[in-house]
Amino acid sequence: MTTTTPPRTIVLVGHGMVGQRFLEALAEVGVAGRDRVVVLCEEPRPAYDRVQLTSYFAGRTPAELSLSDEEFLAKYGIELHLGDPAETIDRERGIVTARSGLTVAYDTLVLATGSYPFVPPVPGKDAAGCFVYRTIEDLLAIEEYAKGATTGAVVGGGLLGLEAAGALKGLGLSTHIVEFAPRLMPVQVDEGGGAALYRTITGMGLSVHTGTGTQEVVTDENGAVRAMLLSDGTELATDMVVFSAGVRPRDQLARDCGLDVGERGGIAVDEQCRTSDPRVFAIGECALAADGRVYGLVAPGYEMAQVAAAAIAEDEATATFTGADLSTKLKLLGVDVASFGDAHGTAEGCLDVVYADSRSGTYKKLVIGAGGELLGGVLVGDAEAYGTLRPLTGSVPPVSPEQLVLPAGAGGPVSIGPSALPDEAVICSCHNVTKGTIRGAVTEHSCTNVPEVKKCTKAGTGCGSCVKVLGQLVTAELEAGGIEVDKGLCGCFAQTRQELYEIVLALRVSSYRELLDAHGRAEARGGDGCEICKPAVASIIASLAPTLGADGYVLEGEQAALQDTNDHFLANLQKNGSYSIVPRIPGGEITPDKLIVIGEVARDFGLYTKITGGQRIDMFGARVDQLPQIWGRLVDAGFESGHAYGKSLRTVKSCVGSTWCRYGVQDSVRMAIDLELRYRGLRSPHKLKSAVSGCARECAEAQSKDFGVIATSNGWNLYVGGNGGATPRHADLLAQDLDDDELIRLIDRFLMFYIRTADRLERTSTWLERIEGGLDHVRDVVVDDSLGICADLEALMTAHVAGYRDEWASTLDDPERLARFVSFVNAPEVPDPTVKFVPERDQIKPDLPLLSLNPTRTLEGTATR
Amino acid sequence: MTMLAVETTTTTVQLHVDGDWLPVCDDPSRLTPGRGVAVLLPDGRQAAVFQDRAGRWYAIDNRDPFTGAAVLSRGLLGSVNGAPFVASPLLKQRFDLATGRCLDDEAVSVTAYEVRVAS
Ligand code: SRM
Ligand SMILES: Cc1cc2nc3c(=O)[nH]c(=O)nc-3n(C[C@H](O)[C@H](O)[C@H](O)COP(=O)(O)OP(=O)(O)OC[C@H]3O[C@@H](n4cnc5c(N)ncnc54)[C@H](O)[C@@H]3O)c2cc1C
Ligand code: SF4
Ligand code: FES
Repeated sequence: MTTTTPPRTIVLVGHGMVGQRFLEALAEVGVAGRDRVVVLCEEPRPAYDRVQLTSYFAGRTPAELSLSDEEFLAKYGIELHLGDPAETIDRERGIVTARSGLTVAYDTLVLATGSYPFVPPVPGKDAAGCFVYRTIEDLLAIEEYAKGATTGAVVGGGLLGLEAAGALKGLGLSTHIVEFAPRLMPVQVDEGGGAALYRTITGMGLSVHTGTGTQEVVTDENGAVRAMLLSDGTELATDMVVFSAGVRPRDQLARDCGLDVGERGGIAVDEQCRTSDPRVFAIGECALAADGRVYGLVAPGYEMAQVAAAAIAEDEATATFTGADLSTKLKLLGVDVASFGDAHGTAEGCLDVVYADSRSGTYKKLVIGAGGELLGGVLVGDAEAYGTLRPLTGSVPPVSPEQLVLPAGAGGPVSIGPSALPDEAVICSCHNVTKGTIRGAVTEHSCTNVPEVKKCTKAGTGCGSCVKVLGQLVTAELEAGGIEVDKGLCGCFAQTRQELYEIVLALRVSSYRELLDAHGRAEARGGDGCEICKPAVASIIASLAPTLGADGYVLEGEQAALQDTNDHFLANLQKNGSYSIVPRIPGGEITPDKLIVIGEVARDFGLYTKITGGQRIDMFGARVDQLPQIWGRLVDAGFESGHAYGKSLRTVKSCVGSTWCRYGVQDSVRMAIDLELRYRGLRSPHKLKSAVSGCARECAEAQSKDFGVIATSNGWNLYVGGNGGATPRHADLLAQDLDDDELIRLIDRFLMFYIRTADRLERTSTWLERIEGGLDHVRDVVVDDSLGICADLEALMTAHVAGYRDEWASTLDDPERLARFVSFVNAPEVPDPTVKFVPERDQIKPDLPLLSLNPTRTLEGTATR
Repeated sequence: MTMLAVETTTTTVQLHVDGDWLPVCDDPSRLTPGRGVAVLLPDGRQAAVFQDRAGRWYAIDNRDPFTGAAVLSRGLLGSVNGAPFVASPLLKQRFDLATGRCLDDEAVSVTAYEVRVAS
């Protein structure tokens, strides 16, 4: 780089995603800060994340979508003119004129004007109720108009069309998608993939019309959209139309000043992103790259931004842009869709390996070259393997391609870890980061965890789809470098939860302090521990209490100081500092009298009342000093704690079963009650949920539970490891046709084995996936007693069942402990004045105090992208 | 910061508020070491008073600046390199008990009060 060059003026036209990346690249190469940089931005706001645009409808605010920050612009003295687009370019004199009349003389001009949505020239296309889907302003307009609409239609069934359709559906409209091509997403997926998508998307209640074009937008007497006329003659009634029929490069500015543009649009550039005028560059979606293509994805645009910045910096080893991979992985309307490499199999002599399951809407195709190398593929419905398959493109996979497309569970699934990838493999396609760069971040830049690697390489900071593989690579690299990945529970203990369990059990340690001082890390001994290990050790001691000779009551002695706040107050803390109360309703069965008591208690204490997702009733808004009185009333009526606050058994859901249901084959309600009473109060690494269904129709959803039971004509089938929540997992069948005693014995063993070996906050589902040998190993241990520990496991459970006491009743019986349930120690009679409520729908809701925080602070994780 | 060990139950816990020592609890044994209690200050503010495992006393504002709820007294205590902290029971940000500084966000802190146990 030359340091003697006098400051130049660089003008950037367009502050979109690529424009912003270009500014960052200018800063990286040392040009911003030295030269004057002026940005003309047409939109009323600085660059934002267009890729995540649709997340606006999921609650992301425009401010959260922003990509640029004032600090960055100020640091480099970048002059940003919002809402002031460039209108003319005088190349001879080197002057750009903006709409406001502002003129800027440039030494170097960079066009990053993006694309505009293509609207087919059909009659009525400009009527009120017609929209495009490109900017935040478009979304605000769509949202506003949708308030008065019931039906919407999207023209275009490509990537953006499906996103727009998802948004309309999310706004509560019944939604149509009209696509001219014979399948959805014609560019990305092939016919089979399109068919899988079609089934899944129509299954969600969207109407899909493929192979038909839009002929006319029909308007009513006020000139507003009323219907759409399709090329097959049908008239589709609709209140609004969103055009999403592709994009075209915004090259008008370039055309007007005589720069070369492609036949089908796009500002022609060379490998350094220079246009036909060496002083003018074009990058991003407006550019026609040297390989003759216009790229409509953000990753190639980012690459061009870097290339142009390097050329402007006159970097000796100037980079070039000669084309990019069009691989994408998306979640559209909740369906995973990915395509990579030569997805349509255009190479000579290539063959397809296809797996399709129309029931589950899964379609996977790999394109294999003549030499056995992977050329590309399409994944619909399950794109889990994308992260490892895409980087393998061009090489011969380490296992047969058939094995790569078969679903988990069908004849030995094969998942090839990222260790099998070559160093050139691109792991993060958003930022074009290779495996080698990520490894370098660990080995050369001494990053020791994923957040550091993200900061150092930018990998994982775009769409986020590579983060899982990134984590695996970082761990593998650290381990390979001999850097021990600290698997300890926290800063206080170097052991895992499982190891601590074994220590507590073997040495009969019943005190946290004793454990910390004897077995903690040297620097933590004698200290106060932390908020991670205290509850974890409290849980271990509680689940082993009868065996250790410790008190089973979680607020006894030292144990009280270890419990998380919810366990400490035997209720769930809410956002305004009040508590919720959930009495146990075993199996969901309740008498009218008990229902009336709940109603009376809620009414008398003014509590907000809601039926939960777990077949019971939650009462919200109790102050800490009201808890004992409320429990008193409930305990008197025969209720006990439902442990909604504990990492312990929650509910055992039931269906009505053979007693009433014409299909029932066993008494599921009785079994659910038995199980709930047996395992209530059992402290475990995470919460435990269960359900019992009376027949294979499965109305209790037992297969989504940690342990689920389904009746058969011969007894019970036991399923384990199910999960709802954030990462749902269907439970696996552990054993079939069990009688009552066999069933309970197996559950006893299963639960105790889980408690013994699981990590802190690890549900049975993740535990089952993690432990070596998986389900087969668990079956060996708990069904076939391969470790010879089943008698111990059963004895532990027997001790738990015998030692159970209701925590609310125990607390009410103990005046000293009750004294803790006050808002203020120095004013026990005064209720906390900050806990306030306002009315909503005939009940109450929290009246939240206003936050008066320093507005410049950044919350964790939002700092840099 | 004054730190004293509890001796007898005839002592009171006092907070240094606006230049005065304000008695807030006349029975220090009411506190579980490793946990806190909330106290109401004369002007309506609230403080969270804690005792660590070694019997040392600390007090900070009870209001969690991240959520606005008056709940810091109900968090769990811990220590890093010998310095005690409380983790908010709502979103788990940690606050240094001696200084009130948030350990997870440099830009945030709460008031810390001096505490003494006197007869
Ligand atoms: C009250 C309830 C929502 C409702 O109004 O229906 C609820 C409320 C909470 N759930 Fe839930 N969940 C409730 C049913 C569920 C269900 C449905 C079910 O159980 O059938 C699920 C999915 C099933 C599952 O767990 O597999 C569910 C999955 C979660 C998760 C995610 C767990 C996961 O493994 O991904 C959390 C977070 C966690 O536990 O870490 C959670 C956490 C929470 C917490 C404890 C969050 C918190 O810390 O404040 C909420 C406590 C509110 C309170 O004060 O009571 N809740 N939660 C439901 C109580 C059921 C009950 O009677 O006990
Ligand atoms: C809903 C949606 C979802 C998407 N999802 C993905 C995805 O999952 N993956 C992916 O890779 N890509 C996705 N894209 C495409 C991606 O957003 C674009 O590739 C990327 O934004 C291109 O960046 P750009 O800077 O070239 O253009 P833009 O981000 O469009 O920025 C161009 C800017 O220039 C401005 N401008 C135009 N003319 C002028 C002028 N004369 N003067 C001043 N300013 C001007 C425009 O107003 C605009 O702000 C998606 C796009 C949309 C709309
Ligand atoms: S889904 Fe569960 S955890 Fe999330 S807000 Fe609702 S009740 Fe709370
Ligand atoms: S692939 Fe999008 S963030 Fe890495």
